[in-house]
Amino acid sequence: MSYVLELKSVRKSFGEEVVLNNLSLVVPEHTATVLIGASGSGKSTLLRCINLLETIDDGQILLDGKEISDPLINVDEVRRKLGMVFQSFNLFPHKTVLENITLAPVKVQGKSVEEARIAAKALLTRFDLADKADQYPDRLSGGQQQRVAIIRSLAINPRLLLLDEITSALDPVLVNEVLSIVRDLKHDGMTMVLATHEMGFATQVADEVCFLESGNILERGSAEAVLRNPTNPKTQEFLKRVHQAGRL
Amino acid sequence: MTERNHSAWSPSSRELERQGSRRAINRKQVLIAVVSSLLVLGTLALVLVTSPGWQTVKTTFFDIEYGKEVFPTVIKGLWINLQLTFIGGAAIGVIALGLALLRTTKSPTLTPFRFLATTYVDIFRGAPLILIILLVGFGVPALGLKGISSNVIFLGTVAVVLTYSAYVAEVIRSGILSIHPSQRAAARSLGLSSGQTMRYVVLPQAIRRVVPPLLNDFVSLLKDTGLVSILGVTDAVRAAQINASRTFNYTPYVVAAILFLLITIPMTRYTDRAIRQRTNAQSAEGAI
Repeated sequence: MSYVLELKSVRKSFGEEVVLNNLSLVVPEHTATVLIGASGSGKSTLLRCINLLETIDDGQILLDGKEISDPLINVDEVRRKLGMVFQSFNLFPHKTVLENITLAPVKVQGKSVEEARIAAKALLTRFDLADKADQYPDRLSGGQQQRVAIIRSLAINPRLLLLDEITSALDPVLVNEVLSIVRDLKHDGMTMVLATHEMGFATQVADEVCFLESGNILERGSAEAVLRNPTNPKTQEFLKRVHQAGRL
Repeated sequence: MTERNHSAWSPSSRELERQGSRRAINRKQVLIAVVSSLLVLGTLALVLVTSPGWQTVKTTFFDIEYGKEVFPTVIKGLWINLQLTFIGGAAIGVIALGLALLRTTKSPTLTPFRFLATTYVDIFRGAPLILIILLVGFGVPALGLKGISSNVIFLGTVAVVLTYSAYVAEVIRSGILSIHPSQRAAARSLGLSSGQTMRYVVLPQAIRRVVPPLLNDFVSLLKDTGLVSILGVTDAVRAAQINASRTFNYTPYVVAAILFLLITIPMTRYTDRAIRQRTNAQSAEGAI
């Protein structure tokens, strides 16, 4: 079986601190892999390494069987196949919603402005944001901004979508409008890797849940197995704390 | 929000009382401001006109008739300053942008140029403008290069452009560095190259952020064009100097100063307003 994404014994350190330690992971097509774990466990670093925003120290990262951790590869070409959504939205404040979405299709994929606009408007309409097309990001709520950020990464038709704690900066009442988009995308068969603290949501979308602790996957399996019946004591401890915080 | 109905609200008696108190406080503050202004300004004026040399100063610096006489030549000189400011300003903008981009690039091909740009900025930011004007104004003609004009207006402009490009390049560079790395990460994640990221994402935000300091530099530029008068360019300062040395009456200097102020004061006011708007906009943006 071939995988969209394959990580083989990946290691990443910042100075003395080892953030990812001999980590391996496979992501088959049309599946969602959910990364859980405490802050500092390496979830974000893992996503940033896949997106080549960070250079790994050892191991291999393969996208559709091709090694993308090769320094000779064209990083811009790799990133065109990957969508990334950040915790802090990172919309471009000097561009309108529509311009944020059409920038990459026009400048990177060479689509005509008209073509890109039509595609962007279709996405905005689908996710109930059509009336915000000409607004600037700072006039939007956090939930709306994050939905625009997701649409912006979808506009380049990515092979794989990376979502880095996309609801952590949001007001609790706005979380669901963002997560419902992700559910829709999962339904459409989008291949995803996401880091989240929303365990209920993880249960709904995850084909595989991975529990990260000090740069390693300590436990992995179906949402049912990892979240309901964890076997590793550290997973149990983590889920207990999440439960106490009222997030399960 | 205009559809919201305000007519339902009428202020309570307590609120009316408070409004009355606020008005009373305001009246008192205005009164204090007026009295203290009259006192301070009045004292200053009194000291000035009762000083022993006031009569002499009045006739040598504030001779209205003579001022009217020299006004046309001074304003003709000021036209040179304005031309120098706008033509120089355009050249400065282009050169400074290039320098700022070179100084922030990581491209290995451009490494020697980055080094040169840094050296350039170090030299021209650190040396007094008046020395650069003298060196360019007298040094370049002495080289006797063919095809290089020895026109003093041209050389003066070149000297000012050389120096100000270094100042402005640093302002633009600080703007580029002030853009949060997450913006770059977002752009690169979409597949934009580093050049495209600079052009479409970083630079537009950086320039907007540095407009107020750039306007400040523009005002300074206008004033500093007066320094080219040392090369013999008949600008406003030089025109005033010629008239003053002819009659030993210094009114032309005052005329030139007033003319400069008439342009620079509105410009600085506008700059202050731009800074204020920028600050307000940024605080509204919150975390961004």
